[in-house]
Amino acid sequence: MKLLSMTVAAVMAASPVMADLVFPSLSYRTGPYAANGIPFADGYEDYFTLLNERDGGIGGVPARVLECETGYNTEKGVECYEATKGEGALVYQPLSTGITYQLIPKATADGIPVHSMGYGRTSAKNGAVFSNIFNYPANYWDGASHAVNHILDVNGGDISGKKIALVYHNSAYGKEPIRTLEELSKKHGYELMLLPVDHPGQEQKSQWLQVRQQRPDYVLMWGWGVMNQVAIQEAANIRYNMENFIGIWWSGSENDVLPAGDGADGYKALTFHNIGSEYPLYDDLQKYVIDAGKAAGAGDQVGTVLYNRGMYAAMLAAEAAKTAQKISGTAEITPAMMRAGMEALEMTEAKMAALGLPNFGPEFSVSCENHGGNGLGAVKQWDASAGAWNLITGYEASDQDVIGPLVEADSAAFAAESGITPGC
Amino acid sequence: MPDQLLFAMEVTLNGLMAGVLYALVALGFVLIFKASGIFNYAQGVMALFAALTLVGIMEGQVPFAHLINAIFGTEIHHFGWHVPALLAIILTMVVMVALAWAVQRFIFRHLVNQEPILLFMATIGLAFVLEGVGDIMWGADIKKLDVGLPQGINEWIDITTFEAFGYGFFIDNLDISATIVAMILVAALIAFSQYTKQGRALRAVADDHQAALSVGISLNFIWILVWSIAGFVALVAGIMWGAKSGVQFSLSLIALKALPVLMLGGFTSIPGAIVGGLIIGVGEKLFEFLIGPMVGGATENWFAYVLALLFLVFRPQGLFGEKIIERV
Amino acid sequence: MFYREAGDFSTTYSQDSQTFPIKFDRYRYYVVLAIAFGVIPFLINDYWANAVFVPFLIYAIAAIGLNILTGYCGQVSLGTGGFMAVGAYSCYKLMTGFPEISIVIHVILSGGITAAVVTLFGLPSLRIKGFYLAVATLAAQFFLVWLFNKVSWFYNYSASGQISAPERSVFGIIVTGPNTEAWAKYLICLVFVTLCAIIARNLTRGSMGRKWMAIRDMDIAAEIIGVNPMAAKLTAFMVSGFFVGIAGALFFAVYLGAAEVGESFGIDKSFLVLFMIIIGGLGSIFGSFAGAAFMVLLPVFLKNVFVGGLGWPTDLAAHLQFIVSGSLIIMFLIMEPHGLAQLWRLAKEKLRLWPFPH
Repeated sequence: MKLLSMTVAAVMAASPVMADLVFPSLSYRTGPYAANGIPFADGYEDYFTLLNERDGGIGGVPARVLECETGYNTEKGVECYEATKGEGALVYQPLSTGITYQLIPKATADGIPVHSMGYGRTSAKNGAVFSNIFNYPANYWDGASHAVNHILDVNGGDISGKKIALVYHNSAYGKEPIRTLEELSKKHGYELMLLPVDHPGQEQKSQWLQVRQQRPDYVLMWGWGVMNQVAIQEAANIRYNMENFIGIWWSGSENDVLPAGDGADGYKALTFHNIGSEYPLYDDLQKYVIDAGKAAGAGDQVGTVLYNRGMYAAMLAAEAAKTAQKISGTAEITPAMMRAGMEALEMTEAKMAALGLPNFGPEFSVSCENHGGNGLGAVKQWDASAGAWNLITGYEASDQDVIGPLVEADSAAFAAESGITPGC
Repeated sequence: MPDQLLFAMEVTLNGLMAGVLYALVALGFVLIFKASGIFNYAQGVMALFAALTLVGIMEGQVPFAHLINAIFGTEIHHFGWHVPALLAIILTMVVMVALAWAVQRFIFRHLVNQEPILLFMATIGLAFVLEGVGDIMWGADIKKLDVGLPQGINEWIDITTFEAFGYGFFIDNLDISATIVAMILVAALIAFSQYTKQGRALRAVADDHQAALSVGISLNFIWILVWSIAGFVALVAGIMWGAKSGVQFSLSLIALKALPVLMLGGFTSIPGAIVGGLIIGVGEKLFEFLIGPMVGGATENWFAYVLALLFLVFRPQGLFGEKIIERV
Repeated sequence: MFYREAGDFSTTYSQDSQTFPIKFDRYRYYVVLAIAFGVIPFLINDYWANAVFVPFLIYAIAAIGLNILTGYCGQVSLGTGGFMAVGAYSCYKLMTGFPEISIVIHVILSGGITAAVVTLFGLPSLRIKGFYLAVATLAAQFFLVWLFNKVSWFYNYSASGQISAPERSVFGIIVTGPNTEAWAKYLICLVFVTLCAIIARNLTRGSMGRKWMAIRDMDIAAEIIGVNPMAAKLTAFMVSGFFVGIAGALFFAVYLGAAEVGESFGIDKSFLVLFMIIIGGLGSIFGSFAGAAFMVLLPVFLKNVFVGGLGWPTDLAAHLQFIVSGSLIIMFLIMEPHGLAQLWRLAKEKLRLWPFPH
């Protein structure tokens, strides 16, 4: 016991202190969701490696990615957070609903910002209540609205009397869109049908038989991990029209559609960033990172959907850090400055083009009241013969008339429960 | 016929098919438990490991590529060849037999005569090791498994039932193949245990270890044999489940689907595993269909266990389990 | 030399029947308690509290609970995760429903509610035995997780189904919520652990404990000598449930602060706690502590060695961690099937004779 604690203490003391910008990456390269965690973590790390190799860091200060393996396990996430926060961590990307909920109170108390990009607690959009939590550029309720908007578009604006089914992971994550979809159904007059799938979701015969028997016009999916592959396979098996099957952005990676082969052709998913690797930035990535043998992981994930998402998250973090450096006038920023930088973040097309990522994500701006950006999202479609996703819409707005009051209500409930006085 | 009844019939048929898949996993448990009294929690991970190995061999992946690359700084991933499915299955079986030998040699030989709970925990330890080894050996990405089994809706059943009832039933071709494979597997197992010398030795060991030892049966050999057979069953289960969802980590969780089947059918009975699987499959699907919508759905996980529990209260040894005789 | 019985006389019955009859043992335990209460709170920081001490102490309570059921009474349970969830959710409902009442009372009440629920799920144990019972308790595990996920009353109808612990204090010191100091977290858990251990120790060496052990060793024989199996089994479930419920309440309120039932109280929790008592030693209170320490420290230690010390990629380290933990568990089972507690017992036997073993 004594020997053990000495070793651990020695190991911890050996780590260097605050000479660079620390970006912890709470990754999961093991466990049930490893296939999704690996590309995200690779993309996140590669982008910072690129900045270090090409530009010498951010504003002249090298960025350091502290990777900590969580295995998608909440307790390990807590351990990772405690182990890395002392090193001057600037922003956390927990990449797990459970860990995000853990960190919302903890990080707020410690004054470290959390960026839960397209996941976590949706009402964190209300920055007046969730001072340190950011979920730009889009959240689940935006996603639900995007999906319904897309269905509206396809049907020429009238979907009253249609039946829309939601196949969802029976957990906090999967239940997120239900309230929004219910509100939207009141507005647009469609009928909502709920089909929960219990974790892990390997056996979905019952749900898809119900789809077959009830014949909903559209199926939405909030799935994660093995549930995605099985659902797409089962949908293909019952010959459900894949064009009417729309998944959230976490149900739309290559991993999810490839096992179903040709059957997945036409499947749609939402996204808040672009796809593929046809961007000037990827040439730099190839030159400075991949060819130099500095790629994270096996280096075989470049250009996949989740790699791009990890890279996009890193890009937003780096841009926020740059903004923070500009505001505070110092290159070596603290988490508090980083938070201010994130709150003042503005992504424009010109900015992205300058970075070598033209039209890679939606334009948005963050403010103290609005930590969720403008909620723009697009729809993409899987082309099985080409083995590639294609964006089929531009970045479009969600129905803020419906979502706004929901965010307001949920964040107010949280504020009352935890004794927070909202304010900017 | 009213729609609801037709739907219920379709659900029942699909439940039977799902039950066969559960039974396939449960069979592996029963084999090992019967022969050695070990409740092998690692059966699910063995299915994952077998499926990973099969895909890895078929695709010509270099085992431990990630580890080798990390240590030596090399960049190897694939041998660059593709192995036909049948040959790959045979090669995978060789790996599973080696695994059976190693499990016997390094773990259970040292745990002879221990309490069942300890043996059970040892298999959980084994599950950890296999998970780690499987991931390091073949990588954690999702792999497509294609051994040429048909998949998708069965046209003939669809058309025939449509003509008969005006509503086409959905039966997955993969489920039909699984049923056929399961029948062949059970027939082969029965033939093996009835008509071969090793099979009879196996039954003798299952009946009474000491008596079997005294007539000159090598327990060590039998246990390696039974772990190998369980490895084969795991491979079959891995192929069937892997074809549904791709080969990935979650495959190891199918063990949890097999446990209620075991409770219901009894830990020691092969027909019990089959019948138990069918009852659980139909029971949980019908419950989800009839009662599920009233209580909010996603009931299958717990209902299977509750159903098995209800059976147990009336028959504590399971449907086909050996009668428990208690003496002081 | 130091550890001996010679010269250690008992002159009264109460002296003879005290928990630690050997003087050295007794003093050693006082020293451990003194360090735990008097020294560690001053040294502890956030990392040590959240990564090591708080989970260790909470799991120790859960392990004591399960050990009473499995180690003393012989009823294998795989429902610990679900039962901890009962504790956590009752604590949440009490905390938000009656904010003016002390959190300590809420935690104890959560233990009581869990005890009732566990007793209910213990009823099948009167019919079902051995592995069949173990698998039957899984029914409780899955059902409870489903229930807490489905019925929104349990999480106060929040949109996401997550529960998060509001800030509560004891004697003016904040013990739950994000602003808790590391030492306060540690101390509240330590107080609960100490009390639970004392209660458990005294229950197990009293008549109730002897009844449980009689049932464990052979239930029919126990019945014949006059132990009521129903009463014995159900009290074991009840007492076990009480401890597990307290552990669940603390796990949610003090340690995690926010929880979702499927993720925080899933089946792997059940297995983890079962591991603890088997590695630690079935039927031993000390074993519950040793096992909890082993299972909490091992991954943290391995991770720090592989990633921090050797600088390996985190994924390789995580895989190796699986392999090493699995192998260590198997090795332990092979070398000392009765767990760390048995090693400790053997060490004490050796120490008694040292330095003259013959």
